[in-house]
Amino acid sequence: MAAKNCACLCREHWSRHQGKIAFRGWLAAHVLLLVALLVCPGSAQESPYIVTYDHYLEEPGNLEVEYFSTFGTQRGGNDFHAYWVEFEYGATAWWTTELYLDGQTTFGDSTVFTGFRWENRIRPLQREHFVNPVLYIEYEQISEADKIIKEVEGHDVESDHAEPNADARRGHNHELEFKLLLSKNFRGWNVAVNPLATKNLLPSNPWEFGYAIGVSRPLALKASAERCSLCLENFVAGVEMYGGLGDTQSFGLHETSHYLAPAVAWNLPSGWTLRFSPGFGLNDNSHRLLLRWGLSREFSGVGEKVSRLLGGRQ
Amino acid sequence: MIKDVLRSRPALLLLAMAAVASLTFAQGSAQSSNDIGTQSDHLHHYYYAESARVPEKARERQNPLASDPDAVAAGGKLFEQHCAECHGHNAEGSRKAPALCAEAVQQATDGTLFWILTNGVVRRGMPVWSKLPEAERWQIVRFLKSLNASQERAKPHLDTRTR
Repeated sequence: MAAKNCACLCREHWSRHQGKIAFRGWLAAHVLLLVALLVCPGSAQESPYIVTYDHYLEEPGNLEVEYFSTFGTQRGGNDFHAYWVEFEYGATAWWTTELYLDGQTTFGDSTVFTGFRWENRIRPLQREHFVNPVLYIEYEQISEADKIIKEVEGHDVESDHAEPNADARRGHNHELEFKLLLSKNFRGWNVAVNPLATKNLLPSNPWEFGYAIGVSRPLALKASAERCSLCLENFVAGVEMYGGLGDTQSFGLHETSHYLAPAVAWNLPSGWTLRFSPGFGLNDNSHRLLLRWGLSREFSGVGEKVSRLLGGRQ
Repeated sequence: MIKDVLRSRPALLLLAMAAVASLTFAQGSAQSSNDIGTQSDHLHHYYYAESARVPEKARERQNPLASDPDAVAAGGKLFEQHCAECHGHNAEGSRKAPALCAEAVQQATDGTLFWILTNGVVRRGMPVWSKLPEAERWQIVRFLKSLNASQERAKPHLDTRTR
């Protein structure tokens, strides 16, 4: 009886705790959006990738605010709509830092805030080379109810997401994720390969591995003389493939999931970018469909304006 | 109390440190660019000096769009979208980046400008622009070379010695 009461109290406490985190996330998102709206829109020349990264970083001082949605089908459970807001800031020309706030709605179940991620990308080489490496390090504090599937690692499979939210959100992950972003542009084509390794900070958990590969190209390689929204040069199309590669205890393709996702980005002259990508599961462990879309806008001069607000010299 | 919160939430501490670090970088760049006098001259000198680092082979490259009648207009559009934010709407320069109508730029070869555009000057805040297709970078070069050198506002030292 005492144990049952304790479980109830814990659940209640956890629920309040989640509520506080959700409120803080909501507040942080709105403060950052407000700052973003006070500054000018910047230029956008975004790749269509949603999972894969190329080697280009955010321009220094610029803030890109992004919203992404993922609709996923679920066998053995309810379909879901997962979403995240992303604040990407160019601290310098060689360092970009990003904050993600994740959430999801499982149909016929509930809507939950699932945690945050803090990501950093660092460019070690000053110039363009045959292949351009960027180092990626991310800390994430997310619940097991997280379904944005921004990366697939280890033995992540579809059935992981079948658990009801009330149960899944009790489990918490504190993870460090490392990626090596390799990318090259050649004759208008971009090829990007991102091997990844993730470590749950609990000592008993093994290192998990995964990959993402992307190829993309603008639909036109030359700009037209007129300012236009529907010109081919504003569209970039590509395809990405991503999946898990097991962990240190069982490396390989056994019990892993993989996806193939055509993707298209529409870069509007006003600074907005729209992305759309239907992803298809390649084996029985994968969700059959991950339908993703995203909207982003870049704002220039945010760093300078914030530093002035904080008393930087004029 | 704040200390207690930070102790119990290392992630918050990390985030706070990251925010401070990134703003410090931003403030650093804002400060260096706000001192219009000596600092600005130094900034311009640094950027123009970058042209001395361009490999000979890259310097000699010819603009394949040299005879394209639309290249200047298209380059102007691209300049407005991607470059004007730092270099000014008339390429007159700003506290963040040097004037591109300056003599040093107008005298540079097309290949030199293309190389700098492609590789950036990452240490000084200019990103690499190889994400623009090659033809678009050549269009921007055409636009830059069409600018009138008399618009030059900044008077950079043309000494291209590296530091």
